[in-house]
Order: sequence, then C-alpha cells, then structure tokens
Amino acid sequence: MLSRTADSLFWLSRYSERADFVARILDATLRLTTLPQSYSGGRNEWESALASAGNVELFRSLYSVANEDTVRDFLAFNPRNPSSIRSCIETARENARSVRTALTSEMWDDLNCAWLEMKKYDNDISQEEFARFLDWVKRVVLTIDGSAYRTMLRNDAYWFTRLGSAIERADNTARILDVKYYLLLPETERVGGSLDYFQWTTILREVSALTAYHWVYRESVKPWLVADLLILNRQMPRSFANCYEILVRYLDLIADAYGRRGPSQRIATGMRARLSSSSIDEIFSRGLHEFVTEFIDENNRLGLAIAEQYLS
Amino acid sequence: MAGAAFDEMNGSGSGTDGVRPPYEALSAWLKQQPPEFFNTRRSQAELFFRRIGITFAVYGENETSERLIPFDIIPRLLTKAEWSFLERGLKQRVAALNAFLKDIYGPQECIRAGIIPADLVYRNPHYRLEVKDIPIPHDIYVHVAGIDIVRVGPNEFYVLEDNARTPSGVSYMLENREVMMRLFPELFARHHVAPVENYPDALLATLRSVAPESVARDPVVALLTPGRYNSAFYEHSFLADKLGVELVEASDLFVKDERVYMRTTQGPTRVDVIYRRIDDDFLDPLVFRPDSILGVPGIMGAYRAGNVTLANAVGTGISDDKAVYTYMPEIVRFFTGEDAILKNVPTWRCREPEALSHVLAHLSELVVKEVNGSGGYGMLVGPHASKRELDEFTRKLKHNPENFIAQPTLSLSTCPTFVASGVAPRHVDLRPFVLSGADEIRIVPGGLTRVALKEGSLVVNSSQGGGTKDTWVLDG
Repeated sequence: MLSRTADSLFWLSRYSERADFVARILDATLRLTTLPQSYSGGRNEWESALASAGNVELFRSLYSVANEDTVRDFLAFNPRNPSSIRSCIETARENARSVRTALTSEMWDDLNCAWLEMKKYDNDISQEEFARFLDWVKRVVLTIDGSAYRTMLRNDAYWFTRLGSAIERADNTARILDVKYYLLLPETERVGGSLDYFQWTTILREVSALTAYHWVYRESVKPWLVADLLILNRQMPRSFANCYEILVRYLDLIADAYGRRGPSQRIATGMRARLSSSSIDEIFSRGLHEFVTEFIDENNRLGLAIAEQYLS
Repeated sequence: MAGAAFDEMNGSGSGTDGVRPPYEALSAWLKQQPPEFFNTRRSQAELFFRRIGITFAVYGENETSERLIPFDIIPRLLTKAEWSFLERGLKQRVAALNAFLKDIYGPQECIRAGIIPADLVYRNPHYRLEVKDIPIPHDIYVHVAGIDIVRVGPNEFYVLEDNARTPSGVSYMLENREVMMRLFPELFARHHVAPVENYPDALLATLRSVAPESVARDPVVALLTPGRYNSAFYEHSFLADKLGVELVEASDLFVKDERVYMRTTQGPTRVDVIYRRIDDDFLDPLVFRPDSILGVPGIMGAYRAGNVTLANAVGTGISDDKAVYTYMPEIVRFFTGEDAILKNVPTWRCREPEALSHVLAHLSELVVKEVNGSGGYGMLVGPHASKRELDEFTRKLKHNPENFIAQPTLSLSTCPTFVASGVAPRHVDLRPFVLSGADEIRIVPGGLTRVALKEGSLVVNSSQGGGTKDTWVLDG
C-alpha cells in the first residue's frame, strides 16, 4: 500500500475522532454552564473547555474573551482553527478524497455527505440548534466509524484507520486529564461537596463514560475511580489502557503482514506493559500530572514512529 | 445541413424509408412509453450518476450539478456487422500507428520513402528527439488509443481524429452502461447487447503484457495521475480501482539507479509499468519542463534504460497531430501493405499548392483548421463565416499555407435523443478505445457516443453542450 494512502487513512480517522471529541467537550461544557453558579463553582467553564481542546494561543489571537459565543465559534465553526469541528470534517474528507480507491463507497459517502451538510451550519444558530448540531456531529462520527467497521476489508487499510482513531482517542483522554487532573487529586475531595461532583461527572461525560462508570464501579462518583476508569480500565473504550490494547493489536497485525517489526511496535508494547502493571494508587503517589504528561509525550512519540515507519 | 443527415434509426433525413432493422425493437418500445416516462427515467439516471459518480460532481469544489456531463437515456445501436467492420479498421489503423511511431523514432524509412515530409516530423512540437533510437518494450507505443469516428451514411464511416496521447472518456462508457442496465432491464432483455464491462480486465492484461522483458516476476502496474485537481481525476481513480492497481501521484514515485519505485508502507516497491495520465511535457522535470511538479525526476532515465514501460510511450503526440493525420491513408498502406479500411475525412493540405488553390476557391463550403490548434481555436467554419472572417482566412492561408488543413463540412449522422421537445434526432460521433498489448489488440465492443444536444449543432464536446449516450453493439 502506498505510504501516502496509509497516511491519509490514518489522518482521516484521527480528524473524524477529533471532531467527536470537540463535540463532546462542547456538549459537556454547555451542560455544566446551565447549572446554577453554586454548583459549577463560578469558574469560567469556557476557558476550561478551550484548554481541554487545546490551541489556547490561537484562540487568544482571534478573540478577546472566552465566553459561550467565542468558544463555540472557535471550537465548532472557525476554519482558522485546524481542530474546529468544521476543519476536522474538511480535513477528514480531503484526506478521503485523495485516497478514494482505498475507501469503501459507504465510507466515502458518509464523509462526503458530512462535508456537504457541514456547509449549512454556522455560529448564528440558537443554543437549541447548536445542541442538535453537536448531536449530528456525534452521529456522523459514529456512522463513519460504523461504515469502516462494517464495510472495509480487514487488511492494512483498515488497520491504519484503527491506529489513527486509537492514537487520537488516547491523546484526547489524556488532554482532559492534563487540564483537569487537579480535580481528581485526593486533597480536593470534600465530604458531601457537590461542587466537584459535577466537575467529575463532566469529565465522565466528555469521554461518554458516565453510565459506564456506574456499571463498572457500582459506586457514587469518586475522583480516584474516575482516574482509574480513564487510565487503567481496559473495558473503557477511551481509556489509555484500551487505546494501547488496540494500538498493540493493529501494529502487530501490520508487523505480521509485512514480516517486520520496528520502533512503533516497541513503543506501543512498552506503554501497554507499563499500563497493565500500574495501579491507580501508584500513579497517584508518584504524581498524576507527571504520569499524564509523560503519557502524552510517549503517545506523540508513537505517532512520529508510525509516521516514520509507514507513512512517509 | 441537419435535414440531410443520415439518421441511424430512420435512415435518410426525410424519415420516409422507415425504421432501420437494428432499431425496430427500440423504436417500437419508444412509441409504447407514456410521455412522462422519459422524464422520470432521466431524473433517475441523474440520481444514479450523483450516487456512483458523486465524486466528479464535487471535484470542481464549486458545487454539484453543472459538473455532471449530460447523459441521454436513449441508446445508440450498432449492428454486429457494422461493428466488425469498425473493429477490423480500428485494429489495422492502430497497428499502423504503432509501426509508424516505431519507424519515425527508429530507421525513418517512411520519410526516406517519401510517405511523409521530413519537416512535418522534425519541426513537429510533439516529436520527441529524447526518445529517438530508444528501444521501447515490445515496440508498442500507443497502448491505449481513442479513435474518433463519425458516420455520414449507412456504410460510410470516417476517422475524424486519432487520440494517441492520453485519451479519456472510457469511464463514461462503463458508467453509462451501468446506469442503463439499472434503468432499462426490459430493453436489455429485448436486445442482445455485447458487454463492455470487461474493459478494465482487457486494459490490465494489455498493461501487464508490455512490462519490460527483464521483469521476471509478476509485473507491478501503477496509474500515474496529475492529482485530484485534474479534471479527469475521477476517471483515474475509477480505473485504478477497477484495475486493482495503485493510483500514484508523482510524489509517490522516486527513481534510484535508473529504477522506478513507489513509496509504500512496506518500503520501496519496484514499478514496472506506468499507465500515465499526464502529458510528456510534465513527465520528468530533468528532461522536459523543469517547472513541472507533476513529474518524477529521473523517470526518463529509467525509461531509456528499459527498466520501466510508460503507457502510452513518450512521443506519441506526433501521431495525433492534424497534419500527420492527413497522411494516415499512406501510412496505413506503407506499414500494413493494405488499403485503409477506415477512411480519413477527405482533407486538403494547404501546404500543397494545388490543394491551396482549391481551398481558396471553395472557402465558404469548407472547414479550415490550424494543424497544431485544438479545442476549436484557429478554426474557420466556411458556411457559417462572415465575409470579414473569410477574407481574414484567405490572407492567413496565403501567408502561411503549411499551417492549415481544410475539410468538407460533414453531415454527421443523427440518433434519437431525448430533449425538451421530446424524442428528436441529434448529431453524434463515436470514440472506441483500442488497446494494444504485446500479445494482441483488444477492443471492447462499443465506445463512447457523444451527442450534440442542441438542435442542428455538430459540436459534441461536453464544454459546448455535448452529452453522452450508451453505445450498444447488438450481438446477433
């Protein structure tokens, strides 16, 4: 398979995953801001949404204040933000178009229709319409992912799309933890404090894990368990552990098919081993933030290794 | 003009001699359909095209519908006998084209024998000295040819143009059939239509057969496109998909030690045959246009070393030149030893004094074309020209006669076509695709029929209101 084709498949999956992530952040933030001030703690939740989605500097250069209107515009619609939902859908479709033959017609249809549909949306819509827009984005990504799962041949083309999704997911989850880790530290826990409860549930919503949490732990929301779910729990689709299960699995399939292993296999296997031998207590005692920062660096290193080994 | 044209369904223009036999079933069927039927089917066809061909609809970036080439739902029919005649003529003509190219890039016997003037070759912008005396794998130059044919009577066909560089349109031939089979299964049940869907297989077999002799393993074929901003990109990706070969852009290829490789996820992979859909000029910035970013530096080195086959070969442009075209009857006779089965449109070469005086005397009846012009530029249509235009061309012809050829205005045949006023005759041409491999010449029965949708118009180009039709070769 052409390196350029693999590159496009990898990135179209990354960008479609990112569109979903940004939509979830916006969705969770909207929900948090509808709570009375005493629940949300009076923080500027829009600042925090911005920090989770990344690219704060670019935002500052384009807008003077962070409020619902500007953050909504920046994260959902602004073409100058390469990670806005609009840009993500455009980039995903642009990548798809250049490798049309490597996609199934269903996948192309989904991406192309999403791109055509996206033209209809702009920031002049009401809050209600915006909520429907976010639902639409999440559905589109589900459809694209579903088409890939249901229609693609199980060969390297499919494997590279899975790598793109998994590495992006791992990065997205890590970014949320990077911004909000302090909410999960034991010292911020207050008995009966309702304030943080809503922050924790917001984190869970951002990774669509609120229901999952209850099924897994059968407990009220505890910060260390939130961290455990997002980092170490392999059942949780967006956890570090599960993302690395997926990365190792597909990198192994590629290595078997090509008859050669390389740096990406080593990095992914190393990270998976580290995640499976860690406990959440150890991570807390050694420093949650340090752990997350290291993870982000290592995940980036894996991205570079994949690019070096296969995509160029 | 249009009144006198031969109608492929009704015979002569007056329509009095009744429906021609091959069209009987179609004609009866057309009469049975209620008036709104065609409209419904046409919008269904458009919908199908949007779906299967949605990509070419959106490539222009500035939106959908105008990018679809109009499709006419009434098929154009050819009998088996008509087709076998065309097929024999096409094979002969393309074989002659290949022999001619081999000769002018080799011993040049046809020049010495006086078949074609030397200056027409040497001074031709499409003659590539870079490939003179370079051995070409299996001596085949034009692997894919699109020969434009017009019809003026029951048994009268003329070749209008030989497209020997990178002819396009075959994706329409295939997609048109696909749509017709979905829309009119009952019509296919009443006709025995020879299939065209094996074209990609035939193309792949052709390309594989011409791999360099030194390639011992299964040859690796790739399709080289200028990229997704090219207007024919849809066809490139469509064909690569049907062929099951990589669709490569220049940046996917590189040359090392005079060998061509593509960058793949498994490292560099040797490429043996490149079906290139970019022009000679852009192929290799080291040899041709240095500003080309569509090309692969060093690819000509690999080509000269015989390590890669380019299809079509470099330098085939000379054989679709209008001045060289006029010599095709002589070229066919010289290289095949037979008279040309398919006639050229009678052409006066204004470089010859006698021809020139005939042309000047009959200017208002003729079409005058510049030999290196294309797309209708520098062209005079005598019957439609003003006094001033005629005077201007008289001056041009006297000043620089070798730059022009002249032809009679042909009355192209018409076919029933669904237009705003109902089913009406419209002028058509035909582009069959001829594949030359090391083993054989392959032609799938049919081709692309282009139709001038405007009443009386003879211009079938899509840029000027032309559309396409499915072409049915009736098998028995």
